[in-house]
Amino acid sequence: MRTTFLLNGSEITADTSPTTTLLDWLRDTQNLTGTKEGCNEGDCGACSVMVTDTDGARALNACILFMPQLAGKAVRTVEGISAPDGTLHPVQQAMIDYHGSQCGFCTPGFITTMATAHLNGETDHDTALAGNLCRCTGYAPIIRAAQAAESAPVPDYVRDAPHLPCFEKSSGGAPQARGADSPPTTPGTLATWMDQNPGGTLVAGATDVGLWVTKDFRDLGPVAFLNRIPGLAGVTVSEDEIRIGAATTLTDLHAVMAEHHPSFAELIRRYGSVQVRNAATIGGNVANGSPIGDGSPALIALGATLHLRSVDGVRSLPVEDFFIDYGKQDRAPNEFVEAITIPRQRDHLRCYKLSKRFDQDISTVCGCFWIDVQNGEVADIRLAFGGMAGTPKRAARAEAALRGMPWTDATVASAMQAMTRDFEPLSDMRASADYRMETAQNMLLRAWLEDQGQATNVLEVSV
Amino acid sequence: MSVAKPLPHDAAHLHVTGAARYVDDTPVPASALHLAFGVSDVAKGQITSMNLDAVRAAPEVVAVLVADDLPFANDVSPSAHDEPLLSDGSVHYVGQPLFLVVAGTHLAARHAARLGKVEIAEETPVLTIDEALAADTRFEDGPRIYARGDAAMAMGGAKHRLTGSFEIGGQEHFYLEGQAALVLPGEDGDMHVISSTQHPTEIQHKVADAIGKPMHAVRVETRRMGGGFGGKESQGNALAVACAVAARLTGRPCKMRYDRDDDMIITGKRHDFRIDYDVGFDDMGCITALDVRQYTRCGWAMDLSLPVADRAMLHADNAYWLPHIRIESHRLRTNTQSATAFRGFGGPQGMLGMERIVDHVAGHLGLDPLAVRVANFYASGGGISGQKKQTTPYGQEVDDFIGDVVVARVRDTSDYDARRAAVAEWNAASPVLKRGIALTPVKFGISFTLTHLNQAGALVHVYADGSIHLSHGGTEMGQGLFQKVAQVAASRFGVPLEMVKITATDTAKVPNTSATAASSGSDLNGMAVKAACDTIRDRMAEHLAQLHQVRPDEVVFDNGRVRAGSGDYSFAEVATLVYSARISLSATGFYKTPDIKWDRIKGQGRPFFYFAYGAAVTEVVIDSLTGENRILRTDILHDAGASLNPALDIGQVEGGYVQGVGWLTTEELVWDGKGRLRTHAPSTYKIPACGDRPDIFNVALWEGENRADTIYKSKAVGEPPLMLGISAFLALSDAVAACGPHYPDLQAPATAEAVLKSVHTARGDV
Repeated sequence: MRTTFLLNGSEITADTSPTTTLLDWLRDTQNLTGTKEGCNEGDCGACSVMVTDTDGARALNACILFMPQLAGKAVRTVEGISAPDGTLHPVQQAMIDYHGSQCGFCTPGFITTMATAHLNGETDHDTALAGNLCRCTGYAPIIRAAQAAESAPVPDYVRDAPHLPCFEKSSGGAPQARGADSPPTTPGTLATWMDQNPGGTLVAGATDVGLWVTKDFRDLGPVAFLNRIPGLAGVTVSEDEIRIGAATTLTDLHAVMAEHHPSFAELIRRYGSVQVRNAATIGGNVANGSPIGDGSPALIALGATLHLRSVDGVRSLPVEDFFIDYGKQDRAPNEFVEAITIPRQRDHLRCYKLSKRFDQDISTVCGCFWIDVQNGEVADIRLAFGGMAGTPKRAARAEAALRGMPWTDATVASAMQAMTRDFEPLSDMRASADYRMETAQNMLLRAWLEDQGQATNVLEVSV
Repeated sequence: MSVAKPLPHDAAHLHVTGAARYVDDTPVPASALHLAFGVSDVAKGQITSMNLDAVRAAPEVVAVLVADDLPFANDVSPSAHDEPLLSDGSVHYVGQPLFLVVAGTHLAARHAARLGKVEIAEETPVLTIDEALAADTRFEDGPRIYARGDAAMAMGGAKHRLTGSFEIGGQEHFYLEGQAALVLPGEDGDMHVISSTQHPTEIQHKVADAIGKPMHAVRVETRRMGGGFGGKESQGNALAVACAVAARLTGRPCKMRYDRDDDMIITGKRHDFRIDYDVGFDDMGCITALDVRQYTRCGWAMDLSLPVADRAMLHADNAYWLPHIRIESHRLRTNTQSATAFRGFGGPQGMLGMERIVDHVAGHLGLDPLAVRVANFYASGGGISGQKKQTTPYGQEVDDFIGDVVVARVRDTSDYDARRAAVAEWNAASPVLKRGIALTPVKFGISFTLTHLNQAGALVHVYADGSIHLSHGGTEMGQGLFQKVAQVAASRFGVPLEMVKITATDTAKVPNTSATAASSGSDLNGMAVKAACDTIRDRMAEHLAQLHQVRPDEVVFDNGRVRAGSGDYSFAEVATLVYSARISLSATGFYKTPDIKWDRIKGQGRPFFYFAYGAAVTEVVIDSLTGENRILRTDILHDAGASLNPALDIGQVEGGYVQGVGWLTTEELVWDGKGRLRTHAPSTYKIPACGDRPDIFNVALWEGENRADTIYKSKAVGEPPLMLGISAFLALSDAVAACGPHYPDLQAPATAEAVLKSVHTARGDV
């Protein structure tokens, strides 16, 4: 496939297979070896690049970014962060001045992520850099460098203005890209494409599908790139509902949720990393059916509805009903997730994410609770969990133990007891089954303790 | 003078622009081939058949090699000749290389390597410490025992006694740059190896053996590693040897780098330990008797496990005078990755064991653990009011002890006592969240315990224009060694640092080098470079002395100028002058550490030239509902002697601490019942991220010189700071202790799950 984009300020057209990653292409064909491979799965940030489209500049992981995803965008690698005359960017100079590099291997990724945050005026460095791992410095000097560079003006040259059409004409695809000859560009044509390519793969952010390629060497079959379908992304808020296009990134969803359901927004802040949230879409997060994806428990707790589209029309169902069993969702081969709607409602959502590490980690248990207490009684309740079963799932018995009951320690205790009959969690490398059960129960207790005014969040403690 | 200046890392400007070149960034001819291993998916057994037809038929595959195809030695072990490059028929762990794919691209090799059909007659693997003890699979005949006094007798007379058992998890190095090697075949069978290794000479040795050539036919070059931490001391051998064998076979350049998952599955990690103990003590917590059993899981091959286990024994005292102590060390062979060197090299496990024992004693007596620490410290400077010096359990005089004063200082600057009281007050009003605080000391022995490794060489050229070319046997893995040594060279010649060119470590320039390990890099190589520089400088001085009728020691090298009597030259003018006088401007330098002597079987002697000290105070908060936890504040005072470069040394301290905290908190290695490592990528193995560093992080260097005669009186700083992270672990233990009346018995790593389990223990829950 041919993909035209700006690379460090100059237009370039790459002719690659649909699943060639930007990282491999940069290193193997462009002699741009500043961008490093640290993990090849989007978890370390050593391959971070700055990608600019009409929504602005964002950091992305090049190791799980397929070339066709770049159509019409602008890519800036570490080699393009310093000025064409070699003058260092302020974050580069600061990283030298504050001793922010030791072995230097993670440094190019930090530089591009820092330069992107600098361009966007972001100063929450811990969040901006959560997706960049460093094994040498302990991060303190890197944060000092980021802070020191905050007030320096953004150099003009890093502000890319991609002027190319987003939907570059595609030439004949490589043999493994069957069906890529006439890529869909609207939800309607995507429905037709799905009907014609039942074994096909939809690629949105590729934060999961990317690993199918880099780690599992899976043949994706026919591939459709959703970045070429503008109608699939975006959030519209009406009087009745919040409608989220399936291709809306977690970053964009975060901005909306910060206003309407801040606890969901905080959950999204800990979803992957900046680089992952900039690529990953909420539609992909739900559609892949993972039992440990963080979006689904929150959407279930919010009573959200999933809209599946095919050539036969649109079918809508509660998000929770989409998950049938581990690896099995209620989706016909020719259907795709088009959108998710959340009813407009007074916020009663609380999300608790438990993981080995706070940032950039898959949940051990994710509990999202909708608890509407009126006059001391639980008027409405939805307790949705990830990590407790083969699918995201509600704790029906625990809910029943609370619904219509007084919101007291005694009823909470009985609901915690009932929860043992809701789930039979697994033991794995993240945690034991017992720990999962106990912490799931304790998340409910935490919700109640919070209502009693007790401090329960270690992230809110400072000295 | 360049020395002692807080200069940036020598390659910082290359790091930030992406121009710093690592092995995989080296341009290679288009003819280069790429390698990947096919690995075992069972932990123990015998290969009954290998069908590699599909591998050979895969796109771009040029060759597929099995053990029988290797022309000479099938061995990549650092010592015991027990690590075949490719399985000789026996399979010892999940991830063991069985066959080697040589292909046109990295991806083609990786794809093809998955296509092998290998039948293995499975046997029951030995995976855990208990299984290894039951099966008596071990290295060395039986346990090593070091003892002093009579622990059994003293235990009988102790006022209080406690026993305990403490698990300490291993640690993945997670160097950001995975293992990598590139071999360029030369004429007449020579090989030029570019390797990401801490030990170029060992790579040279193993490659030479594998291609049936003397070492002179192999040249190994290492400009930099993207992190090492001990993981590139021996673990790079397999890649370099594989590339050399394939290059010999094909006549083409060969490159190999592990994908991250492969790297984590194939290579060794920090040894995990179980430490069982009996301790006797008095009402003040003074330890009168200690019996420690250290069990370590070494994995399938010996690698460096013996010296690692030795060093754990040598740090079982940490900073404490223990009159009656017995240390028993079991080095257990298991069907897992062969555990290897990792920053601290056993020292951290030994030290953590002791600190945990002190914590337990304090918990039992209801004392502040710091009071128990102070009660047990070695005497200041090692002297007891002019009497005989106190010695370690292995008989080395502790004549440089400053642990007590370092601790006292950081106790004061961190406001430890007031904060400890504040934590208790806060906890009383906080039923769910609990805070904890701990102050722990570090005393770490400096020198390779294998005494002959304590040597280094250097090669220095001064060119006729005055520019200086610097080579030494140390390797750069991010620690700033090259810059520190260059600062030494610039200081010896009295020239600006820019006149010194730092070059790649190269076995053709400096032979027979030791690994850059044991924190020894600047101690050894700094001294060797100093010797080389002084040789050249003395020749210059002698020539100028003759010209100007002064004594050679009256010639002054300073600030880029050289003055001899009335003569005042630029350094470049002197270089030209000396060259014209037909005097050599090139010299080697050599250094060996004096005064060390060690018998590892008896456990007696002076293995260490000196000790490095430090202390850290960490305050944490835990959530007693989930075990989630966070560091709130850390204060560190660390002893780097008279620092060669305070900025780089503080970098080692900050980074070492966070790496140590990672080891003891979120970094959990999980193997399943079949011996498969389940945490083999950053998605499942969690090193600290940016937000995990302490909110408040105060780091200072102790102002004092090394009492030993080291390079500019500095001290080694690579490994010791890792053990400052022990304070975070014991702060977590302290926070858990606030949840109930019982000793928390927290196990390492203190994941959220381990912390919650420990909360139940503290509460006495069944």
